[in-house]
Amino acid sequence: MGQSTISSAAMRMSANRLAANNQAVGITISDGYLRYHDSDDAILTGLNIDMPSGAWTCILGRSGCGKSSLLRYLANLLDDKADWRGELSTQPQCDLKDHIAYMAQQDLLMPWLSVLDNVLLSTQFGTDSQPSAIDAQRAKAQGLLQQVGLADKSDYLPQRLSGGMRQRVALARTLMQDKPIVLMDEPFSALDAVTRYRLQNLAHRLLQDKTVVLITHDPQEAIRLAHRLYIMQGRPAFTESLSVPDSATPRDFDAECAQLQQTIMARLEHDYE
Amino acid sequence: MNDLIQTNALSRRLKNKERISHPLVRILISAAVMIGLWQAVVVLFDMPSFILPSPADVFARLIERYAILLQHSWVTAQEILLGLLFGLTMGLLFALQMLLFKPVKHWLLPLLIASQAIPVFAIAPVLMLWLGYGIASKIVMAALIIFFPITICCYDGLRNTPVGYLDLVKTMGASKWQMLRHIQLPAALPALASGIRVAVVIAPIGAVAGEWVGSSAGLGYLMLQANARMMIDEMFAALFILSVLSIVLYFVADRLLKKLIPWEI
Repeated sequence: MGQSTISSAAMRMSANRLAANNQAVGITISDGYLRYHDSDDAILTGLNIDMPSGAWTCILGRSGCGKSSLLRYLANLLDDKADWRGELSTQPQCDLKDHIAYMAQQDLLMPWLSVLDNVLLSTQFGTDSQPSAIDAQRAKAQGLLQQVGLADKSDYLPQRLSGGMRQRVALARTLMQDKPIVLMDEPFSALDAVTRYRLQNLAHRLLQDKTVVLITHDPQEAIRLAHRLYIMQGRPAFTESLSVPDSATPRDFDAECAQLQQTIMARLEHDYE
Repeated sequence: MNDLIQTNALSRRLKNKERISHPLVRILISAAVMIGLWQAVVVLFDMPSFILPSPADVFARLIERYAILLQHSWVTAQEILLGLLFGLTMGLLFALQMLLFKPVKHWLLPLLIASQAIPVFAIAPVLMLWLGYGIASKIVMAALIIFFPITICCYDGLRNTPVGYLDLVKTMGASKWQMLRHIQLPAALPALASGIRVAVVIAPIGAVAGEWVGSSAGLGYLMLQANARMMIDEMFAALFILSVLSIVLYFVADRLLKKLIPWEI
Protein backbone atom coordinates (compact mmCIF):
# COMPACT_ATOMS: atom_id res chain seq x y z
CA MET A 1 0.00 0.00 0.00
CA GLY A 2 2.74 2.41 1.09
CA GLN A 3 4.71 1.46 -1.94
CA SER A 4 1.90 2.27 -4.29
CA THR A 5 1.52 5.72 -2.71
CA ILE A 6 5.19 6.37 -3.31
CA SER A 7 5.05 5.23 -6.89
CA SER A 8 1.94 7.25 -7.64
CA ALA A 9 3.62 10.27 -6.07
CA ALA A 10 6.65 9.67 -8.26
CA MET A 11 4.39 9.38 -11.26
CA ARG A 12 2.69 12.62 -10.41
CA MET A 13 6.07 14.28 -10.04
CA SER A 14 7.28 13.13 -13.40
CA ALA A 15 3.97 14.16 -14.92
CA ASN A 16 4.49 17.59 -13.41
CA ARG A 17 7.93 17.82 -14.89
CA LEU A 18 6.52 16.82 -18.24
CA ALA A 19 3.88 19.50 -17.93
CA ALA A 20 6.55 22.05 -17.09
CA ASN A 21 8.42 21.08 -20.21
CA ASN A 22 5.39 21.38 -22.43
CA GLN A 23 3.90 24.37 -20.74
CA ALA A 24 3.54 27.42 -22.94
CA VAL A 25 6.25 29.99 -22.33
CA GLY A 26 6.07 33.68 -23.12
CA ILE A 27 9.00 36.02 -23.66
CA THR A 28 9.27 39.70 -22.89
CA ILE A 29 12.10 41.91 -24.05
CA SER A 30 12.39 45.42 -22.76
CA ASP A 31 14.97 47.95 -23.87
CA GLY A 32 17.04 45.27 -25.59
CA TYR A 33 20.38 46.15 -27.15
CA LEU A 34 22.64 43.91 -29.24
CA ARG A 35 26.13 44.57 -30.56
CA TYR A 36 28.49 42.14 -32.27
CA HIS A 37 31.94 41.93 -30.68
CA ASP A 38 33.67 42.70 -33.96
CA SER A 39 31.66 45.86 -34.61
CA ASP A 40 31.63 49.29 -32.96
CA ASP A 41 28.00 49.98 -33.71
CA ALA A 42 25.01 48.34 -32.14
CA ILE A 43 22.81 46.37 -34.49
CA LEU A 44 19.69 46.46 -32.33
CA THR A 45 18.66 49.02 -29.78
CA GLY A 46 15.54 50.05 -27.93
CA LEU A 47 13.84 46.72 -28.47
CA ASN A 48 10.52 46.27 -26.77
CA ILE A 49 8.85 43.07 -27.77
CA ASP A 50 6.21 41.07 -26.04
CA MET A 51 5.83 37.50 -27.24
CA PRO A 52 2.82 36.09 -25.40
CA SER A 53 2.65 32.36 -24.79
CA GLY A 54 0.73 30.29 -27.28
CA ALA A 55 0.60 33.07 -29.88
CA TRP A 56 2.38 33.93 -33.11
CA THR A 57 4.62 36.97 -32.90
CA CYS A 58 5.82 38.18 -36.30
CA ILE A 59 8.77 40.48 -36.71
CA LEU A 60 8.99 42.24 -40.06
CA GLY A 61 11.91 44.12 -41.50
CA ARG A 62 14.04 44.57 -44.58
CA SER A 63 16.90 42.14 -45.20
CA GLY A 64 19.90 42.81 -43.05
CA CYS A 65 18.05 44.92 -40.49
CA GLY A 66 19.03 42.63 -37.64
CA LYS A 67 15.87 40.59 -37.21
CA SER A 68 17.77 37.33 -37.73
CA SER A 69 20.33 38.46 -35.16
CA LEU A 70 17.56 38.83 -32.61
CA LEU A 71 16.31 35.33 -33.34
CA ARG A 72 19.80 33.89 -33.21
CA TYR A 73 20.31 35.57 -29.88
CA LEU A 74 17.12 34.01 -28.56
CA ALA A 75 18.31 30.64 -29.90
CA ASN A 76 21.50 31.04 -27.85
CA LEU A 77 23.69 31.08 -30.97
CA LEU A 78 25.30 34.46 -30.33
CA ASP A 79 26.52 33.98 -26.79
CA ASP A 80 30.19 34.29 -27.60
CA LYS A 81 29.77 36.64 -30.55
CA ALA A 82 27.66 39.51 -29.27
CA ASP A 83 26.89 41.77 -26.34
CA TRP A 84 23.38 41.86 -25.01
CA ARG A 85 21.95 44.49 -22.70
CA GLY A 86 18.42 44.98 -21.53
CA GLU A 87 15.90 42.76 -19.93
CA LEU A 88 14.85 39.41 -21.28
CA SER A 89 12.35 37.57 -19.17
CA THR A 90 10.25 34.49 -19.64
CA GLN A 91 6.90 33.63 -18.13
CA PRO A 92 7.12 31.30 -16.30
CA GLN A 93 10.74 31.82 -15.32
CA CYS A 94 12.94 29.27 -17.11
CA ASP A 95 16.18 28.80 -19.00
CA LEU A 96 15.32 29.86 -22.52
CA LYS A 97 17.79 27.63 -24.33
CA ASP A 98 16.15 24.45 -23.03
CA HIS A 99 12.76 25.45 -24.37
CA ILE A 100 13.32 26.47 -27.95
CA ALA A 101 13.26 24.77 -31.31
CA TYR A 102 14.80 26.55 -34.28
CA MET A 103 13.69 26.48 -37.88
CA ALA A 104 15.75 28.28 -40.50
CA GLN A 105 15.24 29.52 -44.03
CA GLN A 106 17.12 26.52 -45.38
CA ASP A 107 15.57 23.20 -44.45
CA LEU A 108 18.96 22.03 -43.08
CA LEU A 109 18.14 18.38 -43.64
CA MET A 110 21.25 16.24 -43.34
CA PRO A 111 21.75 14.77 -46.82
CA TRP A 112 23.11 11.49 -45.43
CA LEU A 113 20.11 10.77 -43.21
CA SER A 114 16.79 9.40 -44.39
CA VAL A 115 13.72 11.55 -43.96
CA LEU A 116 12.77 9.62 -40.82
CA ASP A 117 16.26 9.90 -39.33
CA ASN A 118 16.24 13.62 -40.05
CA VAL A 119 13.05 13.95 -38.05
CA LEU A 120 14.71 11.93 -35.29
CA LEU A 121 17.86 14.09 -35.34
CA SER A 122 17.23 15.86 -32.03
CA THR A 123 16.95 12.52 -30.20
CA GLN A 124 20.66 11.93 -30.88
CA PHE A 125 21.62 14.83 -28.67
CA GLY A 126 21.19 15.97 -25.14
CA THR A 127 21.66 13.94 -22.01
CA ASP A 128 18.18 12.59 -21.47
CA SER A 129 18.11 10.19 -24.43
CA GLN A 130 17.16 6.72 -23.27
CA PRO A 131 17.89 3.81 -25.58
CA SER A 132 14.70 2.06 -24.44
CA ALA A 133 12.57 4.82 -25.89
CA ILE A 134 13.84 4.41 -29.45
CA ASP A 135 10.78 2.54 -30.69
CA ALA A 136 8.43 5.08 -29.18
CA GLN A 137 10.45 7.90 -30.73
CA ARG A 138 10.38 6.26 -34.15
CA ALA A 139 6.63 5.82 -33.89
CA LYS A 140 6.25 9.45 -32.89
CA ALA A 141 8.42 10.60 -35.80
CA GLN A 142 6.44 8.46 -38.20
CA GLY A 143 3.24 9.99 -36.83
CA LEU A 144 4.60 13.50 -37.38
CA LEU A 145 5.55 12.60 -40.95
CA GLN A 146 1.99 11.47 -41.41
CA GLN A 147 0.78 14.83 -40.16
CA VAL A 148 2.90 16.70 -42.70
CA GLY A 149 1.76 14.28 -45.40
CA LEU A 150 5.05 12.50 -46.01
CA ALA A 151 4.53 9.16 -44.28
CA ASP A 152 5.29 7.25 -47.48
CA LYS A 153 8.59 9.09 -47.98
CA SER A 154 10.22 8.20 -44.67
CA ASP A 155 12.95 6.05 -46.24
CA TYR A 156 13.91 8.59 -48.90
CA LEU A 157 17.07 10.60 -48.81
CA PRO A 158 16.25 14.34 -48.70
CA GLN A 159 17.72 14.93 -52.18
CA ARG A 160 14.72 13.13 -53.68
CA LEU A 161 12.25 15.62 -52.21
CA SER A 162 11.06 18.96 -53.55
CA GLY A 163 11.71 22.20 -51.70
CA GLY A 164 8.25 22.25 -50.16
CA MET A 165 8.49 18.64 -49.02
CA ARG A 166 11.90 19.27 -47.49
CA GLN A 167 10.57 22.21 -45.51
CA ARG A 168 7.70 19.98 -44.32
CA VAL A 169 10.23 17.46 -43.06
CA ALA A 170 11.98 20.33 -41.29
CA LEU A 171 8.64 21.22 -39.70
CA ALA A 172 8.21 17.63 -38.53
CA ARG A 173 11.75 17.70 -37.12
CA THR A 174 10.91 20.90 -35.24
CA LEU A 175 7.72 19.34 -33.84
CA MET A 176 9.69 16.25 -32.79
CA GLN A 177 11.66 18.44 -30.39
CA ASP A 178 8.40 19.27 -28.67
CA LYS A 179 9.55 22.60 -27.26
CA PRO A 180 7.11 25.28 -26.12
CA ILE A 181 8.85 28.01 -28.15
CA VAL A 182 9.47 27.76 -31.89
CA LEU A 183 11.82 30.28 -33.48
CA MET A 184 11.31 30.57 -37.22
CA ASP A 185 13.73 32.45 -39.43
CA GLU A 186 11.93 33.04 -42.73
CA PRO A 187 11.20 29.32 -43.11
CA PHE A 188 8.79 29.82 -46.01
CA SER A 189 10.64 32.47 -47.99
CA ALA A 190 12.39 30.14 -50.44
CA LEU A 191 9.14 28.52 -51.60
CA ASP A 192 6.81 29.38 -54.43
CA ALA A 193 3.61 31.27 -53.56
CA VAL A 194 1.18 28.34 -53.41
CA THR A 195 3.55 26.00 -51.59
CA ARG A 196 4.22 28.80 -49.13
CA TYR A 197 0.52 29.36 -48.58
CA ARG A 198 -0.09 25.67 -47.89
CA LEU A 199 2.89 25.40 -45.61
CA GLN A 200 1.77 28.44 -43.64
CA ASN A 201 -1.59 26.76 -43.08
CA LEU A 202 0.07 23.50 -42.08
CA ALA A 203 2.45 25.21 -39.66
CA HIS A 204 -0.40 27.22 -38.21
CA ARG A 205 -2.38 24.05 -37.57
CA LEU A 206 0.50 22.03 -36.10
CA LEU A 207 2.00 24.80 -33.98
CA GLN A 208 -1.30 25.81 -32.41
CA ASP A 209 -0.28 25.56 -28.75
CA LYS A 210 3.27 26.85 -29.22
CA THR A 211 4.77 30.26 -28.74
CA VAL A 212 5.96 31.08 -32.23
CA VAL A 213 8.39 33.83 -33.14
CA LEU A 214 8.37 34.28 -36.91
CA ILE A 215 10.92 36.47 -38.66
CA THR A 216 9.88 37.50 -42.13
CA HIS A 217 10.31 40.15 -44.79
CA ASP A 218 6.98 39.32 -46.40
CA PRO A 219 4.19 41.63 -45.12
CA GLN A 220 1.44 39.33 -46.39
CA GLU A 221 2.85 36.41 -44.45
CA ALA A 222 3.01 38.49 -41.30
CA ILE A 223 -0.52 39.78 -41.78
CA ARG A 224 -1.89 36.28 -42.36
CA LEU A 225 -0.33 34.70 -39.31
CA ALA A 226 0.47 37.28 -36.64
CA HIS A 227 -1.24 37.69 -33.30
CA ARG A 228 1.40 40.28 -32.51
CA LEU A 229 3.14 42.23 -35.23
CA TYR A 230 6.36 44.22 -34.92
CA ILE A 231 8.22 46.21 -37.53
CA MET A 232 11.95 46.50 -37.19
CA GLN A 233 13.53 49.53 -38.83
CA GLY A 234 16.31 52.07 -38.59
CA ARG A 235 20.00 51.65 -38.05
CA PRO A 236 20.59 50.43 -35.36
CA ALA A 237 17.18 48.81 -35.55
CA PHE A 238 14.36 49.39 -33.11
CA THR A 239 10.92 47.85 -33.03
CA GLU A 240 7.50 49.33 -33.40
CA SER A 241 4.32 47.47 -32.56
CA LEU A 242 1.47 47.48 -35.07
CA SER A 243 -2.04 46.38 -34.28
CA VAL A 244 -3.41 43.49 -36.29
CA PRO A 245 -7.02 42.69 -37.23
CA ASP A 246 -9.05 40.81 -34.63
CA SER A 247 -9.98 37.98 -36.99
CA ALA A 248 -8.66 34.46 -36.46
CA THR A 249 -5.42 33.35 -38.12
CA PRO A 250 -4.59 32.32 -40.80
CA ARG A 251 -6.45 35.37 -42.07
CA ASP A 252 -8.16 35.72 -45.40
CA PHE A 253 -7.09 38.90 -47.05
CA ASP A 254 -9.75 41.57 -46.57
CA ALA A 255 -9.83 45.35 -46.73
CA GLU A 256 -8.46 45.67 -43.22
CA CYS A 257 -5.50 43.48 -44.12
CA ALA A 258 -4.87 45.50 -47.27
CA GLN A 259 -4.91 48.66 -45.18
CA LEU A 260 -2.39 47.14 -42.79
CA GLN A 261 -0.19 46.06 -45.66
CA GLN A 262 -0.22 49.63 -46.99
CA THR A 263 0.85 50.92 -43.59
CA ILE A 264 3.66 48.37 -43.41
CA MET A 265 4.84 49.19 -46.92
CA ALA A 266 4.95 52.89 -46.11
CA ARG A 267 7.11 52.23 -43.02
CA LEU A 268 9.44 49.83 -44.77
CA GLU A 269 9.82 52.02 -47.82
CA HIS A 270 10.96 54.78 -45.55
CA ASP A 271 13.58 52.44 -44.11
CA TYR A 272 15.21 51.74 -47.47
CA GLU A 273 16.18 55.37 -47.97
CA MET B 1 11.68 26.13 -88.82
CA ASN B 2 9.81 24.50 -85.98
CA ASP B 3 9.94 21.17 -87.74
CA LEU B 4 13.67 21.52 -88.12
CA ILE B 5 14.12 22.09 -84.40
CA GLN B 6 11.97 19.11 -83.64
CA THR B 7 13.90 16.86 -85.99
CA ASN B 8 17.13 18.05 -84.44
CA ALA B 9 15.85 17.32 -80.96
CA LEU B 10 14.69 13.90 -82.06
CA SER B 11 17.99 12.95 -83.64
CA ARG B 12 19.81 14.19 -80.56
CA ARG B 13 17.64 12.03 -78.37
CA LEU B 14 18.32 9.03 -80.53
CA LYS B 15 22.04 9.69 -80.42
CA ASN B 16 21.91 9.96 -76.63
CA LYS B 17 20.19 6.63 -76.44
CA GLU B 18 22.71 4.97 -78.68
CA ARG B 19 25.69 6.46 -76.96
CA ILE B 20 27.79 3.83 -75.26
CA SER B 21 27.17 4.61 -71.66
CA HIS B 22 28.83 1.85 -69.71
CA PRO B 23 32.33 2.91 -68.62
CA LEU B 24 33.66 -0.62 -69.11
CA VAL B 25 32.64 -0.61 -72.76
CA ARG B 26 34.29 2.75 -73.25
CA ILE B 27 37.52 1.52 -71.65
CA LEU B 28 37.57 -1.57 -73.83
CA ILE B 29 37.07 0.50 -76.96
CA SER B 30 39.79 3.01 -76.10
CA ALA B 31 42.12 0.14 -75.18
CA ALA B 32 41.44 -1.50 -78.53
CA VAL B 33 42.17 1.77 -80.33
CA MET B 34 45.41 2.20 -78.39
CA ILE B 35 46.55 -1.33 -79.17
CA GLY B 36 45.66 -0.81 -82.83
CA LEU B 37 47.75 2.38 -82.96
CA TRP B 38 50.60 0.62 -81.20
CA GLN B 39 50.54 -2.22 -83.70
CA ALA B 40 50.41 0.32 -86.55
CA VAL B 41 53.47 2.16 -85.24
CA VAL B 42 55.40 -1.12 -84.93
CA VAL B 43 54.50 -2.19 -88.49
CA LEU B 44 54.80 1.22 -90.16
CA PHE B 45 58.14 2.25 -88.68
CA ASP B 46 59.48 -1.30 -88.58
CA MET B 47 60.40 -1.07 -84.90
CA PRO B 48 62.95 -3.57 -83.59
CA SER B 49 61.40 -5.59 -80.77
CA PHE B 50 64.03 -4.45 -78.21
CA ILE B 51 62.84 -0.86 -78.68
CA LEU B 52 59.10 -1.34 -79.05
CA PRO B 53 57.72 -4.88 -79.04
CA SER B 54 54.44 -5.47 -80.84
CA PRO B 55 51.27 -6.02 -78.79
CA ALA B 56 51.30 -9.63 -79.94
CA ASP B 57 54.80 -10.16 -78.51
CA VAL B 58 53.76 -8.64 -75.21
CA PHE B 59 50.63 -10.76 -75.10
CA ALA B 60 52.65 -13.89 -75.79
CA ARG B 61 55.02 -12.99 -72.97
CA LEU B 62 52.05 -12.36 -70.66
CA ILE B 63 50.81 -15.90 -71.27
CA GLU B 64 54.22 -17.51 -71.12
CA ARG B 65 55.29 -15.92 -67.83
CA TYR B 66 51.94 -15.49 -66.16
CA ALA B 67 52.89 -17.37 -63.00
CA ILE B 68 55.88 -15.12 -62.32
CA LEU B 69 53.97 -11.99 -63.29
CA LEU B 70 51.08 -12.94 -61.03
CA GLN B 71 53.37 -13.58 -58.11
CA HIS B 72 55.02 -10.17 -58.43
CA SER B 73 51.71 -8.43 -59.08
CA TRP B 74 50.42 -9.79 -55.79
CA VAL B 75 53.37 -8.23 -53.96
CA THR B 76 52.76 -4.85 -55.58
CA ALA B 77 49.03 -5.06 -54.96
CA GLN B 78 49.67 -5.74 -51.28
CA GLU B 79 52.01 -2.76 -51.09
CA ILE B 80 49.42 -0.49 -52.71
CA LEU B 81 46.49 -1.65 -50.57
CA LEU B 82 48.36 -1.56 -47.28
CA GLY B 83 49.87 1.79 -48.24
CA LEU B 84 46.36 3.11 -48.92
CA LEU B 85 45.09 1.82 -45.60
CA PHE B 86 48.03 3.24 -43.69
CA GLY B 87 48.03 6.60 -45.49
CA LEU B 88 44.27 6.94 -45.12
CA THR B 89 44.36 6.30 -41.38
CA MET B 90 47.23 8.70 -40.86
CA GLY B 91 45.59 11.39 -43.01
CA LEU B 92 42.30 11.07 -41.14
CA LEU B 93 43.97 11.25 -37.75
CA PHE B 94 46.03 14.25 -38.81
CA ALA B 95 42.99 16.08 -40.16
CA LEU B 96 41.04 15.38 -36.95
CA GLN B 97 43.91 16.63 -34.83
CA MET B 98 44.16 19.82 -36.83
CA LEU B 99 40.43 20.37 -36.45
CA LEU B 100 40.19 19.64 -32.74
CA PHE B 101 43.37 21.33 -31.51
CA LYS B 102 43.84 24.66 -33.22
CA PRO B 103 47.44 25.24 -31.96
CA VAL B 104 48.45 21.80 -33.26
CA LYS B 105 47.34 22.91 -36.70
CA HIS B 106 49.64 25.95 -36.68
CA TRP B 107 52.59 23.68 -35.93
CA LEU B 108 51.63 20.78 -38.16
CA LEU B 109 50.58 22.53 -41.33
CA PRO B 110 54.03 23.94 -42.26
CA LEU B 111 55.53 20.57 -41.44
CA LEU B 112 53.00 18.88 -43.65
CA ILE B 113 53.71 21.19 -46.56
CA ALA B 114 57.46 20.79 -46.10
CA SER B 115 57.05 17.02 -46.12
CA GLN B 116 55.30 17.36 -49.45
CA ALA B 117 58.00 19.64 -50.88
CA ILE B 118 60.57 16.85 -50.53
CA PRO B 119 59.99 14.43 -53.43
CA VAL B 120 59.17 10.93 -52.23
CA PHE B 121 61.82 9.62 -54.62
CA ALA B 122 64.48 11.58 -52.74
CA ILE B 123 63.70 9.95 -49.41
CA ALA B 124 63.25 6.49 -50.92
CA PRO B 125 66.91 5.47 -50.40
CA VAL B 126 66.69 6.49 -46.75
CA LEU B 127 63.52 4.45 -46.33
CA MET B 128 65.26 1.44 -47.90
CA LEU B 129 68.10 1.91 -45.44
CA TRP B 130 65.79 2.06 -42.43
CA LEU B 131 63.06 -0.37 -43.39
CA GLY B 132 64.92 -2.79 -45.63
CA TYR B 133 64.28 -4.11 -49.10
CA GLY B 134 61.03 -5.83 -48.17
CA ILE B 135 57.45 -4.74 -48.40
CA ALA B 136 57.51 -2.32 -45.44
CA SER B 137 59.48 0.45 -47.16
CA LYS B 138 57.11 0.39 -50.18
CA ILE B 139 54.05 0.56 -47.97
CA VAL B 140 55.52 3.62 -46.29
CA MET B 141 56.32 5.13 -49.72
CA ALA B 142 52.74 4.64 -50.93
CA ALA B 143 51.36 5.94 -47.63
CA LEU B 144 53.62 9.03 -47.76
CA ILE B 145 52.60 9.95 -51.27
CA ILE B 146 48.85 9.82 -50.50
CA PHE B 147 49.10 11.27 -47.01
CA PHE B 148 49.02 14.91 -48.10
CA PRO B 149 45.97 14.86 -50.42
CA ILE B 150 44.02 12.78 -47.91
CA THR B 151 44.84 15.07 -45.01
CA ILE B 152 44.04 18.26 -46.90
CA CYS B 153 40.78 16.95 -48.39
CA CYS B 154 39.61 15.56 -45.08
CA TYR B 155 40.55 18.69 -43.17
CA ASP B 156 38.80 20.90 -45.69
CA GLY B 157 35.71 18.71 -45.50
CA LEU B 158 35.66 18.81 -41.72
CA ARG B 159 36.23 22.54 -41.60
CA ASN B 160 33.60 23.46 -44.17
CA THR B 161 30.56 21.94 -42.52
CA PRO B 162 27.65 24.23 -43.43
CA VAL B 163 27.23 26.67 -40.54
CA GLY B 164 23.47 26.11 -40.59
CA TYR B 165 23.90 22.41 -39.72
CA LEU B 166 26.03 23.27 -36.72
CA ASP B 167 23.68 26.03 -35.56
CA LEU B 168 20.71 23.71 -35.81
CA VAL B 169 22.22 20.95 -33.70
CA LYS B 170 23.58 23.51 -31.25
CA THR B 171 20.00 24.59 -30.57
CA MET B 172 19.19 20.90 -30.08
CA GLY B 173 21.81 20.79 -27.33
CA ALA B 174 24.50 18.77 -29.09
CA SER B 175 27.87 18.57 -27.39
CA LYS B 176 31.11 19.21 -29.27
CA TRP B 177 31.76 15.50 -29.56
CA GLN B 178 28.22 14.74 -30.74
CA MET B 179 28.55 17.47 -33.36
CA LEU B 180 31.75 15.90 -34.64
CA ARG B 181 30.35 12.38 -34.64
CA HIS B 182 26.88 13.08 -36.05
CA ILE B 183 27.39 16.14 -38.26
CA GLN B 184 30.97 17.10 -39.09
CA LEU B 185 32.30 13.65 -39.93
CA PRO B 186 29.45 12.57 -42.22
CA ALA B 187 29.39 16.03 -43.81
CA ALA B 188 33.11 15.64 -44.60
CA LEU B 189 32.68 12.30 -46.37
CA PRO B 190 32.21 13.65 -49.92
CA ALA B 191 35.41 15.71 -49.58
CA LEU B 192 37.22 12.69 -48.18
CA ALA B 193 35.94 10.66 -51.11
CA SER B 194 37.62 12.96 -53.61
CA GLY B 195 40.81 12.62 -51.57
CA ILE B 196 40.50 8.84 -51.77
CA ARG B 197 40.00 8.97 -55.53
CA VAL B 198 43.23 10.91 -55.92
CA ALA B 199 45.00 8.62 -53.47
CA VAL B 200 43.98 5.47 -55.30
CA VAL B 201 45.52 6.79 -58.50
CA ILE B 202 48.83 7.93 -57.03
CA ALA B 203 49.43 5.20 -54.45
CA PRO B 204 50.78 2.79 -57.15
CA ILE B 205 53.35 5.45 -58.10
CA GLY B 206 54.73 5.39 -54.56
CA ALA B 207 54.84 1.62 -54.41
CA VAL B 208 56.53 1.12 -57.79
CA ALA B 209 58.99 3.97 -57.23
CA GLY B 210 59.93 2.25 -53.99
CA GLU B 211 60.50 -1.00 -55.87
CA TRP B 212 62.75 0.73 -58.38
CA VAL B 213 64.99 2.13 -55.67
CA GLY B 214 65.54 -1.23 -54.08
CA SER B 215 63.50 -4.39 -53.78
CA SER B 216 63.47 -8.14 -54.16
CA ALA B 217 59.95 -8.56 -55.51
CA GLY B 218 57.10 -6.68 -57.16
CA LEU B 219 56.24 -5.42 -60.62
CA GLY B 220 58.77 -2.58 -60.37
CA TYR B 221 61.48 -5.10 -59.51
CA LEU B 222 60.43 -7.27 -62.44
CA MET B 223 60.57 -4.29 -64.79
CA LEU B 224 64.07 -3.37 -63.64
CA GLN B 225 65.27 -6.96 -64.14
CA ALA B 226 63.65 -7.24 -67.56
CA ASN B 227 65.08 -3.89 -68.62
CA ALA B 228 68.59 -4.93 -67.62
CA ARG B 229 68.26 -8.10 -69.67
CA MET B 230 66.75 -6.24 -72.64
CA MET B 231 63.52 -8.23 -72.27
CA ILE B 232 61.45 -5.26 -73.31
CA ASP B 233 58.36 -7.36 -73.99
CA GLU B 234 58.38 -8.56 -70.40
CA MET B 235 58.76 -4.99 -69.20
CA PHE B 236 55.73 -4.02 -71.23
CA ALA B 237 53.84 -7.00 -69.86
CA ALA B 238 54.57 -5.82 -66.31
CA LEU B 239 53.58 -2.29 -67.27
CA PHE B 240 50.34 -3.58 -68.73
CA ILE B 241 49.45 -5.41 -65.54
CA LEU B 242 50.30 -2.34 -63.50
CA SER B 243 47.94 -0.15 -65.51
CA VAL B 244 45.15 -2.72 -65.34
CA LEU B 245 45.71 -2.93 -61.58
CA SER B 246 45.47 0.87 -61.21
CA ILE B 247 42.39 1.17 -63.40
CA VAL B 248 40.56 -1.66 -61.63
CA LEU B 249 41.50 -0.18 -58.27
CA TYR B 250 40.14 3.22 -59.29
CA PHE B 251 36.85 1.87 -60.57
CA VAL B 252 36.31 -0.38 -57.58
CA ALA B 253 37.02 2.54 -55.25
CA ASP B 254 34.76 4.83 -57.26
CA ARG B 255 31.91 2.33 -57.20
CA LEU B 256 32.33 1.69 -53.52
CA LEU B 257 32.37 5.39 -52.68
CA LYS B 258 29.29 6.08 -54.77
CA LYS B 259 27.50 3.28 -52.96
CA LEU B 260 28.59 4.37 -49.50
CA ILE B 261 27.99 8.09 -50.10
CA PRO B 262 24.87 8.21 -52.26
CA TRP B 263 24.16 11.85 -51.41
CA GLU B 264 27.47 13.03 -52.89
CA ILE B 265 26.99 15.51 -55.72
